[in-house]
Formats: sequence, structure tokens, C-alpha cells
Amino acid sequence: MSARDTAGTEAVSRRDVSGVHPGPSTATRWVIVAVIGLLFLVPIASMLEFTLRGGLAGGYTLDRWAAVFGGGLTGEYKPIVTGLTNSLLLAVVTVAVMLVLLVPTMVLVRIRFPKLQRVLEFVCLLPITIPAIVLVVGLAPVYSVVARMFGSGVWTLAFAYGVIVLPYAYRSIQANLQAVDVVTLSEAARSLGAGWATILFRIVVPNIRRGLLAAAFIAVAVVLGEYTIAALLNRVNLQTALVVVSKADPYIAVIIALLALVFAFVLLVAIGRIGGGPGSRRRRTAPPAAPAAPTTPLAPATGAAEPTTQEAALR
Amino acid sequence: MTLSPPRPATPALDEPRSTGSRVELRGIVKEFTGGARALDGIDLVIEPGELVALLGPSGCGKTTALRVLAGLESATDGTVLIDGSDVSGLPARSRDIGMVFQSYSLFPHMTALANVEFGLRMRRVPADERRLRAGDALEMVGLGGFGGRYAHELSGGQQQRVALARALVTEPRVLLLDEPLSALDARVRVQLRDEIRRIQQEFGITTVFVTHDQEEALAAADRVAVMRSGQIEQIGAPDEIYSRAATPFVAEFVGSSNRMRGSVSGGTVQLGTVRLPLIDATQPDGEVVAFVRPEDIRLSRASDCASGTASAGVVPAEVVSTSFLGSYRRTTVALEDGTVLTVQHPANLVPVADERVVLEFDGAPVAVSRWE
Repeated sequence: MSARDTAGTEAVSRRDVSGVHPGPSTATRWVIVAVIGLLFLVPIASMLEFTLRGGLAGGYTLDRWAAVFGGGLTGEYKPIVTGLTNSLLLAVVTVAVMLVLLVPTMVLVRIRFPKLQRVLEFVCLLPITIPAIVLVVGLAPVYSVVARMFGSGVWTLAFAYGVIVLPYAYRSIQANLQAVDVVTLSEAARSLGAGWATILFRIVVPNIRRGLLAAAFIAVAVVLGEYTIAALLNRVNLQTALVVVSKADPYIAVIIALLALVFAFVLLVAIGRIGGGPGSRRRRTAPPAAPAAPTTPLAPATGAAEPTTQEAALR
Repeated sequence: MTLSPPRPATPALDEPRSTGSRVELRGIVKEFTGGARALDGIDLVIEPGELVALLGPSGCGKTTALRVLAGLESATDGTVLIDGSDVSGLPARSRDIGMVFQSYSLFPHMTALANVEFGLRMRRVPADERRLRAGDALEMVGLGGFGGRYAHELSGGQQQRVALARALVTEPRVLLLDEPLSALDARVRVQLRDEIRRIQQEFGITTVFVTHDQEEALAAADRVAVMRSGQIEQIGAPDEIYSRAATPFVAEFVGSSNRMRGSVSGGTVQLGTVRLPLIDATQPDGEVVAFVRPEDIRLSRASDCASGTASAGVVPAEVVSTSFLGSYRRTTVALEDGTVLTVQHPANLVPVADERVVLEFDGAPVAVSRWE
């Protein structure tokens, strides 16, 4: 049998034994990554190239980037600073609104009212199906009431943003909630004397930390990129400021847009990195060796050098 | 177990004691939304320090009964009393009940020690004492050196031991075990079952143990309550439940039974040429189905029997199949009238298919039900 035949047999038996197709080859995977990467990179590279152009003189220059990082966002560029400040404030308030309202609701529905799960999911996913312009038409009269109650500060936009981040936040938290047996954990805690607040903050939240972080970061990314609602409700945020500035200096507007993109990218990478937390880092490492075993009916006395004997007896 | 240095005013976990409480369920009814009735008037009294097993098939209401007792479900009707006080209206956290769940319910983000400390923390026990008592509890279940481990670093058996320590460390009035062994492999299951029984007796804690495994129930419990369709069919000592089943359901569910058609007259049942006493001698005369245990029938080779043919109390049969089960063997035989029976006999007797054998009935009392 030739080497080629052998390889072919091995490939077939791999499929047969596992029952699962091994998936695309490494080369195919790289092609897929390259094509998708190009779809993202070409516009970003074009933006970068645009910001480096030397204008009518031709060539490339770093002057505009130097101006941005050298404290040059004054005068006609001041709306960007205002917009960025407003957007960061909105991001914080939106995350707070989302966490305070959504997390307890989701946990309560999961533990006490599981039949409402579908209703909650429908309500939370609804905003993604409604165009922003339609949302604004509905929000405009609501905001006249909001303005009377809370004033017309830009932070009140966070109420509307709390609605538009719902689908993303819900999905992130729900995925994490489903992975944890919250019902049994809460019942165990209740039987040990815990009240609902303790269950929420000491039992549930630490176990869905990853989902909460993901929800928070996605909410920040959505808020930083939001334009329609702010523009139609006449509020200033980063995106509306960029539009204003781009009419006077499109280069600076594109630089800021690029920086916002990088910030959002960093946030999304952080979801995967920070969200794991110490628990998941521990999971990736080998369990610590068991200390010397005490003499118990189930664990006969063993020396400190033989911890695995005790483990075997107890497993 | 060696104890840590003396501590102030808290009893040692390994001191024998009798802290059990009397538990009473009076007319407990539980109806779920939609009208499904999970419990249909349960009455049960558990004496202090007693271990009662709730045994029954899936959906019979045993776990619901336990959850009502724990306060995790509210009863539609009826009263739960602990030491004479009505706790029906109390939330789970105020009932002072320890519970071990079927699924490993350790808090994943806490170490084993922190898990065991949790109940004490809820009771505002000072940190030093908390650590000491939690350490003692872990030693009690044989996991003294495992306090720093997280749930994912422990095996299933170890996790259930930690859960047991966590439930006991607060010295609850009642311990509830909701199928705590069902997720474990056979060897660990037997080991932990015996350990639970040892600790329960050492503490004298009133315990309710829910299981669908009859062997577990019979081996561990002082009394077994067999449940069916939200009601208790029979409650009694394990040997009573096994050998004097009050109903056909109990006879069939606990252990295995052969169904044989016969007729009752004068407090006995006639099964072909065999007459057997009844568990319930007040049964009215008539056609019945009798439930005969495989171990209450003796099997011998036809060639070994004196006559080799049918006589009073001896029934000829033909072997259908036989299975080796370690210390004994189970053989399926067919009687001349076509009735198929299973017989349990010593493993050293190895009948072969189609072989002629004879059966002798031990004369143990049997349960019967009306022939429908």
C-alpha cells in the first residue's frame, strides 16, 4: 500500500471513529480569515491613508495625528471633546441603568418565573428589530416628560440607550446564566440562610461575571457608536460632534473615528481576556497537590508524599 | 477525628449528640399551576434522630414533599411542623434546615472551605470560629486537606461530601438529602451512603432522604415511605416494606416480584397446586394476582427431586434463560400453563435452557390484588 493510500485510510478512519467531520483544512481556514480580515482592514486602512495625506502638496504627513495628540482639539475641534465627554458619561450611565434593571430582572425570571423567560427574551430583543428612526419617533414625546422630570441634560439619553443596548446585553448575560445552575445554587444558598440580596450579589453575580463584563463592554461600544438618536433628539455625543467637525476638517474627524474604532476593538478583546477572571485561569492550570491527609474512616493515614492515595480513596 | 484546639462555647462537630427534631407533615397538598397535583394529602411523622427515606418512581412527589419541608415550595394546603411549631409560613432561610441536592450545588466561585463557611457567615458567626468549625466539618467528611480547592478541582463524590459538610456545619434541626448519590458511580455511591448513615447516627440528626433507588433506601433508612402519585402507599421498617408489602405497587416497586394468577379463600391464596398465606389475611375471596418474590421460590433439577413430577407444593417447570449476578443467579422458567417466573438461587446451581426443573415455594406470605 502506498503512503498516499495509508493517509487516505487514516483520514477516513478519523471521520469514522469520531463520527464528526474534522472540519476545513488549515489552508482553508487561513483563506477564510484573510478574506474576512480584508473586508475589515480595507476601509480602516483607507481611513488611515486618508488621514496621512498631505493635501494639495501631495505626499504623506503625520502633522494631523501630532496635532490631535499634542492637545490640538481646541477651537473649532472643541465639539469633539464635548462629544467624547458626553459619550463617556452616557456609556457609564447606560451601563449602570442596564446592570441595575436588567440583571436582577433576568435572575428573578430565571429563578422564580421561568415561564416568563420567552416574554423577557422577546421584549429584550425587540429594539434590534425596530429602526432607530422609528424609535426616535416614539421616544420624542417620552423625552418631553423625561425633560420635565430629570431636566434636559445629555445623560438622560442613557434611558434611550439603555433600550437599544438591551438585545446585546441580554444575549451576553443569558449565555452566562444558562451555563450556571443558578436555580440550584440559589436554593442551596436559601437553605443556608441567605436572603435574595445575598443570593444576587454573593452567589449569582460572581458566577455570571464574564457575561456582565461582556454586556458592559458591548454597551460601551454601542453607545460610543450611536448617532441617530442623539442627532434626532438634538443631543451632542461623539458621533454628532464628528459630523459637525467633519464639515470643517474631515481629516480630524476620521482620526477620531479611527481612535474610537480602536477603543471599541480593545474593549471587545478585553471581554475575552478580563472576563475569564481568576477562576478560569485556575481552571487552565493543574489542581494543586493535596496536602497530607488526616486519619479518617474514609481516608486512611497517608504520608504527605502520597496525596493521590487519599484522592483515589475519596473519588 | 482529631479536633483543633478548644474553642469558645460551640459544640464540637464530632461529639455524639441527639439534636434531632420531630418533623410532622399534616395533610400536605401541592398543586402546581394547571392543576397538576404533586402531593395529595401527605401525612408523615418523623421522630427525632430518625432517618426516613422517601422512595418512589419519578414523578411520585417525593422531591416535592422534600422541597415543601425545606420551604423551597409552598404547600397548597396542609401544615409542616418542626418540634411542634408550624413552619409552613417561614421562608427556607428561616427554617434551620440543611439540604444536600442531587446536582452538585457547591458555589463554583468559592473554595470548599468558603462553601462550608457560607451558612455560618449567614448566621454572623465570627470569622475565627467560622474557619475552625468549617475545617472540622471538612475533616468529618474526610476532606480535611481539601479546603482550598474549588468545586471544579474536586470529584463528584468529594463535592457531595463538601455539600454534606456545608449542610451539617450549621447544626440544622433537620437534614434533607435530595437524591444526593444519584450522580455518583456505584462504588462511591455505596461508600458515601454508608458515610451519610454513620454521620447521621453520630449526630442523631433527623434526616429525610429522597431516593428512587430501593437498595439505598433499604440500606440506609430507619423507615421507608414508599410514595406513588403524591401519596404514601406504605411506611415501615425496611424489612417490613420488603417482606410484608401492603399493596401490589409496593410489592412490585420494592424488590422484584412474580405475578401469578390465583384465587383467595379463607385467608390464603391458591396458585395452581400451591397454597400460600396472605400478608393481608382479610382479603375477600375471589380471583387475584399474587406477587411472589424470586427468592421465595426454590429451584432444583428435576433429576435431584425425589419424585421428579408435580406434587403438592412442588411445581415442574422448564428453564428459559439464566443470568449470573455475582453471589447468586436469576433464572427465568416457564410453568406448564405458560406462566413465566423468575427464580433466585445460589450461583453454583447452573441450569441450562430447556432443562426440566422443579420449583418449591417457601410459604412466605404474599401480597395480592384483585384480578381485573
